[in-house]
Amino acid sequence: MSAADQKLDPAPGSHRTAGEIGRTEHGPRPLPELGEQRPPADLSSVDTVLPNGLRVLAVRRSAVPLVELRLRIPFADPADSAEGSQHSARAEVLASTVLTGTDRRSRVEIDTELALVGGELDAVVDPERLSISGNALASGLDTLLDVLRDVLTGAAYPADEVERERDRLVERIALARSQPSVIAREALQRHLYGDHPFAKEMPEAEEIARVRRDEVAELHASAVLPRGSVLVVVGDVDPNDAVRAIGESLAAWSSDASAVELRPLPLVTGGDLLLVHRPGAVQSQIRLAAQGLARTDPRYPALQIANLVFGGFFSSRLVENIREDKGYTYSARSHPEFTPGTATLLVDADTASEATAAALLETRYELGKLGLVPPTESEVDTARRYAVGSLLTATSSQAGLASFLVNLAGNGLDVDWFTAHPERLTAVTREQVAEVALEFFAPTAFTGVLVGDAERLAPQLRALGGVVLP
Amino acid sequence: MAPPELHRSTLSNGLRVVLAPDPTAPVVGVSVHYDVGFRSEPEGRTGFAHLFEHLMFQGSESLEKLAHFRHVQSSGGTFNGSTHPDYTDYYEVLPSAALERALFLEADRMRAPKITAENLRNQIDVVKEEIRLNVLNRPYGGFPWILLPPVLFDTFPNAHNGYGDFTDLENATVEDCAAFFDTYYAPGNAVLTVAGDLDVRTTLALVEKHFGDVPARPVAQRPSFAEPPPSAARRAEHTDAHAPFPALAVGYRVPDPVGDLDAYLAHLVLAGVLTDGDGSRLQQRLVHRDAIVTDVGAGCGLFGPLEARDPDTFSITAIHAPEVAAETVLAAIDEELEKLASEPPTTEELAKVTARWVSTMHREHDRLTSRTLGLGSAELLFGRAELIYELPERIAAVTAEEVSAAAKTLRPDARAVLIVNPASSGGTE
Repeated sequence: MSAADQKLDPAPGSHRTAGEIGRTEHGPRPLPELGEQRPPADLSSVDTVLPNGLRVLAVRRSAVPLVELRLRIPFADPADSAEGSQHSARAEVLASTVLTGTDRRSRVEIDTELALVGGELDAVVDPERLSISGNALASGLDTLLDVLRDVLTGAAYPADEVERERDRLVERIALARSQPSVIAREALQRHLYGDHPFAKEMPEAEEIARVRRDEVAELHASAVLPRGSVLVVVGDVDPNDAVRAIGESLAAWSSDASAVELRPLPLVTGGDLLLVHRPGAVQSQIRLAAQGLARTDPRYPALQIANLVFGGFFSSRLVENIREDKGYTYSARSHPEFTPGTATLLVDADTASEATAAALLETRYELGKLGLVPPTESEVDTARRYAVGSLLTATSSQAGLASFLVNLAGNGLDVDWFTAHPERLTAVTREQVAEVALEFFAPTAFTGVLVGDAERLAPQLRALGGVVLP
Repeated sequence: MAPPELHRSTLSNGLRVVLAPDPTAPVVGVSVHYDVGFRSEPEGRTGFAHLFEHLMFQGSESLEKLAHFRHVQSSGGTFNGSTHPDYTDYYEVLPSAALERALFLEADRMRAPKITAENLRNQIDVVKEEIRLNVLNRPYGGFPWILLPPVLFDTFPNAHNGYGDFTDLENATVEDCAAFFDTYYAPGNAVLTVAGDLDVRTTLALVEKHFGDVPARPVAQRPSFAEPPPSAARRAEHTDAHAPFPALAVGYRVPDPVGDLDAYLAHLVLAGVLTDGDGSRLQQRLVHRDAIVTDVGAGCGLFGPLEARDPDTFSITAIHAPEVAAETVLAAIDEELEKLASEPPTTEELAKVTARWVSTMHREHDRLTSRTLGLGSAELLFGRAELIYELPERIAAVTAEEVSAAAKTLRPDARAVLIVNPASSGGTE
């Protein structure tokens, strides 16, 4: 740019220098102490199982006159291998068309009825579950439930809708697979779980093309089941009234069979990273994974804190190193992904091609260091207070609480686990954190993938080692 | 919904303060909105307002580098900042015991941020990674917020890329930062908002304690960014190396949200009638009946409605199959707009849009982060934080005739069309 040497200052000399700006006569001031924390109000809730086997969890939260709804139906592929299985394709077409018409309502009528009560419903599927989520003005709960009942018990899968949504699905999957984060995720899941159905998050275009309307309707009849599913409702409603309304509305949704849970996952074991070539990429995705712990494990609170110290929030060793010190990345983090009965620890960073190998080296260094130079008392305290506080802020809205509770319920937990968790975090000692850090964050416990331009990355990664080049 | 209690005051240094108590959860939100965004950055320094936002997290007189993050997070809180066309915001949401701490952190960087060459260098690298992540290394990066403005607008403030190009970012100096801070980050050019679990009297005293001695500085006269609307059809093409399908964005000018809010809101309702829900006009026509697009959307403002002053944009975006010509999509859009221009939408169409907006606004207010930021930006841009509580009623008051009139203003001969072509001309793989 020709104007590159232009100065911002409209009148040179009229402003202070950076040095002058950063100093006052008063000098540095002390950080104020924290005040007294008021505890959150007790949650008024009902957690029950309806005669049709559906677990219902209703919670009152009345700051705004809305209601949030989350239905989670276990929806796994019963096959041993995703290889040659049409489940994923059928499930995706089902999720795209379940809301496109029933015996009583057309697609537009569903949308209109929901819209008039300020509501919406949306269905998505993944290898574990079918999730139907929605919300409405609290005064429209009955309408929301009636549409939900209609969809669960009478989804019609109109042939023209199935045909059109199948085409759109192919386009949407092509769009998704042009995203580097999706490319990395699919490569990681394949690397970790091979042909286990858990790894297949998206079907192939030709599998979708083969899906017939009748197969979708059959899948609905055999797999969209109340037994083993959970419905969470949070909002400006009396929990008992909500449970009663749900019980009446969804009584007709019934089956003796249970929704299909994902079969157990193999444990994640450490090993070399796989480099996935993405020609012309200017940035690489680093995706590491190791075995974690379920929320129900007694060592989970210690692992939660160890993860925070490693890369689970901004004030972590990983972020302070590769972002704030070295500028290798904008986004680096580590986080648990809860899977049926267990969990995976994931470490993600996106970094410029020229910084990729160095960022990987620093990440390995921080993994090793977490066990060998374990978190200090102050690091543990910071992480602990963040864990307790962010639980409070993340669940202070209806939508946040509903999403959090449905995930807990999916792991077999309840409101009591949620309200008792701050105490569990408070009880964790520095020694317990050090112990899980050494075991779970060992560099040798990790495997993973790298996505980037292999031609640019290969020389440095070859030198660094531990990476299988294409 | 009954408008919640709002308290407003102005400190002697000019800092405007908005307090919005709400005892339902023991959490509190604190935000500071500065009246400067990327429209104010000079030529040769594209992306500077955003880069400077990063630097405001890098320490201040009482806080070493990294201390800001640690103090917020060790109080159990979350934080962020974001740069918009007309303002830059910073916020913390924390358990209410940490209220004074958040006020201290914001006051310290308003009074005396520590800007060093080392931190500038580091954050230039971080911002470049952010741009690689969100723009350069992904499909449809910057679509349409970076790509559409240069087609619709002529002047640098409105047309340029607010993320900045790498050369301009590299050229930023500590001296530039000092000038920018002294020019735009005066207390009189900012709004402090505190929402949530707070006691009004105690909080006002804490605000005075921490912000009261931030010295007043002159506030620069805000320039007008006005420019005439396009007088002809404009068009540009962009090649996207990562996109699998072609896309298009159509940009129109909207009425001044500050000067003519009701006309602006008619456009907002129009956007809902066009693309909100399966029954909306363009979903029905383009996705379901003609089946020529994968997805279509419409809205006011390229970052959401009511978040910029005049001149602002109404946009329609669509991603379509390569065998469908852009002209086919444009012709269908124009036909649907003409229908709405000659015959107003039905009462039911308006009722649907209105009810969904009411619900959306309640949901936004329920999230303390969006409530705090919404109050602050409404106070800064409109001088009326309470606007966020009045919007459901004002949106409900929009008539079918006003929506029809809004559709009439979206003319093919006064708009910008941006076509995105995949680099591989075949498009699909």
